[in-house]
Amino acid sequence: MTKEMTSGGEALIKALADENVEIMFGYPGGAALHIYDAIYQQNRVQHILVRHEQAATHAADGYARATGRPGVCLVTSGPGATNAITGIATAYMDSIPLVVISGQVANHLIGTDAFQETDMMGISRPIVKHSFLVQKAEDIPVIVKKAFHIATTGRPGPVVIDVPKNLTDPNEKFEYKFPSDLYLRSFALYDKADTSDIEKAAKLLTEAERPVIYAGGGAINANAAAEVFKLGKLMGCPVTNTLMGLGVYPASDEQFIGMLGMHGTYEANMVMHEADLIMAVGARFDDRITNNPNKFGLQAKKIHIDSDPSSIDKIIDVDLAMTGNAKEVIAQINNQLEKMNFDSSKFQPWMQKALKWRKEHGLNHDMLNQESKSDIILPQQVIQSAYKATGGKAYVTSDVGQHQMFAAQYYHFNEPRKWINSGGLGTMGFGLPAAMGVKFAFPDETVACITGEGSIQMCIQELSTCGQYGLPIKIINLNNRALGMVKQWQDMQYGGRYSSISYEDSLPDFIKLAESYGHVGMKVEKLSELNDAMEECFSLKDKLVFLDVYVDPDEHVYPMLKAGGDMSEMYLSKTIKTFE
Amino acid sequence: MNHIALLLENQPGALSRVIGLFSQRGYNIDSLSVAPTQDETLSRLTMTIGEEGADINQILKQLYKLVDVVMVQNLSEVDSLAMELALIKLKKSKFDVQKILQDISLENEILDEKEDFTIFKVLGDTKVIEELLAILKKEEFLEVTRSGTLGVTRGSESLATNDQTKISYD
Ligand SMILES: Cc1ncc(C[n+]2csc(CCOP(=O)(O)OP(=O)(O)O)c2C)c(N)n1
Ligand SMILES: [Mg+2]
Repeated sequence: MTKEMTSGGEALIKALADENVEIMFGYPGGAALHIYDAIYQQNRVQHILVRHEQAATHAADGYARATGRPGVCLVTSGPGATNAITGIATAYMDSIPLVVISGQVANHLIGTDAFQETDMMGISRPIVKHSFLVQKAEDIPVIVKKAFHIATTGRPGPVVIDVPKNLTDPNEKFEYKFPSDLYLRSFALYDKADTSDIEKAAKLLTEAERPVIYAGGGAINANAAAEVFKLGKLMGCPVTNTLMGLGVYPASDEQFIGMLGMHGTYEANMVMHEADLIMAVGARFDDRITNNPNKFGLQAKKIHIDSDPSSIDKIIDVDLAMTGNAKEVIAQINNQLEKMNFDSSKFQPWMQKALKWRKEHGLNHDMLNQESKSDIILPQQVIQSAYKATGGKAYVTSDVGQHQMFAAQYYHFNEPRKWINSGGLGTMGFGLPAAMGVKFAFPDETVACITGEGSIQMCIQELSTCGQYGLPIKIINLNNRALGMVKQWQDMQYGGRYSSISYEDSLPDFIKLAESYGHVGMKVEKLSELNDAMEECFSLKDKLVFLDVYVDPDEHVYPMLKAGGDMSEMYLSKTIKTFE
Repeated sequence: MNHIALLLENQPGALSRVIGLFSQRGYNIDSLSVAPTQDETLSRLTMTIGEEGADINQILKQLYKLVDVVMVQNLSEVDSLAMELALIKLKKSKFDVQKILQDISLENEILDEKEDFTIFKVLGDTKVIEELLAILKKEEFLEVTRSGTLGVTRGSESLATNDQTKISYD
């Protein structure tokens, strides 16, 4: 075999291709120029030019969430690197595999406050799973291989590779060797659980009277949907998903009681509160779930399955912890339940109780057909209309705020990886670039971005990227002319003192804005026109449509957990609450 | 008081990951010592966490999660040795340093002495060093520098650098 000589820049791109990377998102600049020159001279890896580095990270992130494969982005040093930080933190909080390559000033300039120098290793340190500063060009292929391994295994997360410019010099060539094996010292991974723990788990599950399965984003990361579904069926008990876990258990299944937590359904929160066994699968007892941890699940024994040992006993102490891959561990438990011939009718009365709660105060999924005197559109109706127009089949990305919660509550996700939102960090601006990542991954699928007029303006520049690459994303803007979620808190906790939440007179004309980028803009203000507009929006297959929907600015998201309370303490509407 | 021993990859930024973890997660660290080991690819750290109510298990798990951390062990949970070195520079006074040192169960030695100062070392248990410092507090310190606690398990086993994990691809 002839030796292949490459520069560091070429080796980097070649190694990405050898890692089966097909697409990367990025933005060039001085320190990354050798790398960009290497990109130009090959065609195995496609580079997508975004309009802001934050969007590169979110697009790579959206790609990763939708496909399960790592997302890749490339930014230059200094401002390029700092612009990427929000996106890296977003991926870190939601355990999303990303490989972020940042250019760095030349080795000999590091530490001199050189032009566009920033300590990327230092700045990104608390928000990465790991990071590498390349020290020798020859190390690049091995570092790339390690980065992908670390990003994608165990609890996934972002990995940064900081590459000094001189190490990508096109004139300095070395022999390219992509490693076939990798050596990592003490990189512990957990797959299966001990048989004795599996037996214990099955015993706890079947001996319970009021069990609930609470599945989160970790179950999606582990591709455990089929196993979780089977577990639900073997148990016949209520199943709830976190905001990050929506879709891992099908929303249309009768055992699904909706999302839990801060804006979870009444029935899901009541089930959690009354349960005598809580089985957490790839979920981490986040404060938006548990409400006051001291009042959480006091009647319940707890089983926790997680790939990250440090997630266990971090917030809630559990009775049985199983560190492992959710797919493997749930499959083991399912086997055990089958061996025991467990009769799932045992939990029928408990399931019925959950359904009774739903009847009492469940979400109204039929608001489109309800009689209404005014022609004002409620935000919930927009989601229901979008669900109808897409047959529930779309990939839905979202931003952060009321619109995000309405989308989570009212668009029924029947499959994993179809609901793509920033749950942990809550990053406004995520939705549109994430939708681009999804669309690149699945060009033939419908991709909708459900957003608010506040959030969409945080990465609005990406309308230009969508134009350049012809990405027919559907942007459904729930325009309430305010930072609605902040306003809701100000209504509920600050006596309606609206501090800095409005900009009504200075909102852009989104229709003209969309058109100026070459897209289609549509505006809807009347309920009677909503469904037709929605249908039209989704029927324009090869166009990006910006559907600007004027919604009731006074609507709140309910249920909402009472701050500091337990999970049964909820506001159910502006006038009804479950506590004194 | 927990003494934690840790083996760390000798990589750029590795130490800052360990230290950063403490501030990031709100853990308090009383002392930290770092030095190379006989294996040049590894450094060894001993950390002391004195804070009451600190969730040591969570701290150990978070430390072990760092890719650069090869091994971590809570020495306080096993039969182990721990000691600290302090160098103390005192202003000369009527105060009888020799006398004090005789009375205290620390290995010690006067290293340098002139008309206006004395430098001496003490070696031993951290608590005893702190007791000594409390007594000396009445005198005029010029300088104190301490190594932080160092620790090692008793017995023949060592904080193993478990073998590299080989990850093969087809
Ligand atoms: C980058 C960022 N800044 C601030 C916030 C705090 N925040 C949360 S929701 C929200 C309002 C979002 O407004 P909009 O996008 O219009 O959504 P709405 O709640 O009105 O549906 C704000 C400011 C955030 N989540 N992210
Ligand atoms: Mg808004």
